[in-house]
Amino acid sequence: MRGDFTRRNFLAMGGGLSLAGLLSACGSPVVTSLTGGQPATADVIFWHLFGGGDGENMGTMVDTVQKATGHSVESTLLSWGNPYYTKLALAASSQRPPDVAISHLSRLSTLAQAGLLTPYEETGLAELGVTQDKFSAPAWQKATIDGSTYAIPLDTHPFVLYYNVDLAGKAGLLNDAGDGLTDISGEERFLEALTEMKKVTGKYGVTMANTADPSTAWRWFMTVYGGLVKDQGIVSDSGTKVTVDDEAMQETFAFLQKITVGQKLAPPNATGAVATQQFSGGEAGFLFDGVWQITVYSGVKMPDGSTLNLNMVPFPALLGDEACAYADSHSLVIPRASGRSAERAGYAAQFIQGLLGQSALWAQGGHIPAWLPTVESAAFKELSPQKNYVDAAANAVYDPDGWYTGAGSDFQNTVGAIIISALAGQMTPKSATSQMKSALKKLADTNAPVS
Amino acid sequence: MTTATTAVPTTRVPSDGRDNRAGWIFSTPFLVLYALFLIGPVLVGLVLSFFNTATVKNDLGAFVGLDNYLDILSSVDFWKSMWHSTLFTLLTVPFLVVLPLLAAVFAARITRNRWFYRVAFFAPYVVPSASVALIFSYIYSPEIGLLTKAFTSVGLPDPGFLSATKGAWFAVTLMTVWWTFGFNFVLYTAALQEIPEETYEAAAIDGASAWQQIRSITVPLLRPTIGLVLMLQVLASLKVFDQIYILLGGGPNGSTRPVIEYIYDTGFTTYRAGYAAAGTMVYFLILVLVSAVWMITSRRRDARA
Repeated sequence: MRGDFTRRNFLAMGGGLSLAGLLSACGSPVVTSLTGGQPATADVIFWHLFGGGDGENMGTMVDTVQKATGHSVESTLLSWGNPYYTKLALAASSQRPPDVAISHLSRLSTLAQAGLLTPYEETGLAELGVTQDKFSAPAWQKATIDGSTYAIPLDTHPFVLYYNVDLAGKAGLLNDAGDGLTDISGEERFLEALTEMKKVTGKYGVTMANTADPSTAWRWFMTVYGGLVKDQGIVSDSGTKVTVDDEAMQETFAFLQKITVGQKLAPPNATGAVATQQFSGGEAGFLFDGVWQITVYSGVKMPDGSTLNLNMVPFPALLGDEACAYADSHSLVIPRASGRSAERAGYAAQFIQGLLGQSALWAQGGHIPAWLPTVESAAFKELSPQKNYVDAAANAVYDPDGWYTGAGSDFQNTVGAIIISALAGQMTPKSATSQMKSALKKLADTNAPVS
Repeated sequence: MTTATTAVPTTRVPSDGRDNRAGWIFSTPFLVLYALFLIGPVLVGLVLSFFNTATVKNDLGAFVGLDNYLDILSSVDFWKSMWHSTLFTLLTVPFLVVLPLLAAVFAARITRNRWFYRVAFFAPYVVPSASVALIFSYIYSPEIGLLTKAFTSVGLPDPGFLSATKGAWFAVTLMTVWWTFGFNFVLYTAALQEIPEETYEAAAIDGASAWQQIRSITVPLLRPTIGLVLMLQVLASLKVFDQIYILLGGGPNGSTRPVIEYIYDTGFTTYRAGYAAAGTMVYFLILVLVSAVWMITSRRRDARA
């Protein structure tokens, strides 16, 4: 530079220095984006999709685990549904995935079959005491694909029956102890109960988000239909064969229509917001919804100024002999990354173990922990209304296995739209069934991207 | 929306080899980028479209011949989304060709603070699509949105900007016109400056009114630019993706999903890269046809762009 310190020299020096700074740490994002591998901005990079109350709980859990393990965690919240899985799959297939990520069990099969996830045997979780016997059986089974397990279930979140305790009392639907409903299983008794409730509210017996929310419609349909058929009876062979039981499906649609347009026990088309309004306003005494909505109703004031007194129970057996609860689960996965050191893999396993230990806090969002040590703990048995519907996890029925199914998928939107039309009485059970079958056939005949 | 630069056809000068070589050297950077980022990907896409490739796997997958094309051509959803892109084009192009022309003509007639009007018209164009879509999603939101309130406060029903198909088309058209207006405005403004002041002076001396001047001088002399703007706008509108994706997610119920979003959904949500590539090829072919038709007709008109 011969001593004359010009602006150009200065800039060149600054550029050189900053470049050196960027390249010096071998885990820096710039280097990893050029060489492949993960940016090591923290000991554990964690991706999840929880907003609202769940997001706050997850934040607290992550902080607690960070303090306990002493490893830094960088957690990123991404938007729920399809975009999340797009980002996760593409990050994993391009070798730059997070160390730990949340995945719905219903969306697991594509990720696993594409070879993007670390199988359980290779995670080192068994040595940390995270073993199959400590998990709810249906969830563990759903996390197992072609004989190997790819995800650690965090919870089961079923579709359940909410009821307003005060209104149920007026309708004479409470048991003698007053801590639950009388037996309302079977089609007849269930419809009777809704009718009694309707008499009390003067408007509806039950409400649910049965328009503009295909996923909720699908969950309700599957809760009824799943109790009638064995092995789901939707599609089989990883989604390539349609296995609909026509008779059972028509019966299901007929039952769904009795509640809405037939006996007018439920609104024929209520959005999620309307359903919330009706249940919190005492215009309906029952609500069909997922357990995660519990946070929406806690501490809600009724029109008369009292606080909404609600309880949640698993659905009784409806058309079949056995109770069935449509459910999904959040789980923790460790995406494959060839560049991940053994040390970092260990951090990831400890992080998962730590989160499982915080399951009691997670349960406040309505989810039933999949981690049995928490479910069996004295503290959890005190947690109300969670303790009342914990059995639903044992009767969980998930989305059928297939590359196109799962939470927020096009499959749920497609079949959900048909169910919504049926709920609104726009088609007969027979034509709804045949529409379902042709929609499923179209999906089943499509070339699967991974299998 | 992306914009394209167009080559200005020039009269050919006879040249010897040396000039030619200089030309090649000067165009090398462009040609390299063009090959790397346009020709290359198109060829890769063409190959993929004959395979059942998964987006999340490194191999090509099984060879399926014309299966993907048959699936695409018989897919109701694909043609629906094709229609949505076409409808969007029909809705936006007239506004985006005519309104900027009027604005440019009026802005050119203003003598004081002309820069302010030019900046004001062009400013929205530099805002990124994500920001525009988010700002407008507030304006359109039910119950509390600025525009929704404007409708309901005078007793009109809520048009459902984000929840009803018609309302959604209105919403996205209005947003797009406001946002991309500036680019065409600048093209027109540039062309207006080419028109010699003397023609107007001569016309004024002959007693032509302002309106007559616009009709008989400005518009005829701007014809090539209008043709260019029309073509660029048709292509840009057919390529719509981001603002519909962010504002509506292709909703309600997929009723506004443009073809690029359909390709995106099949390629990145259901991981069917081969199928999405076939869709892209069909769509690419349609765009090439549209451009070719325009080239042929404009050659006939012997346009001087």
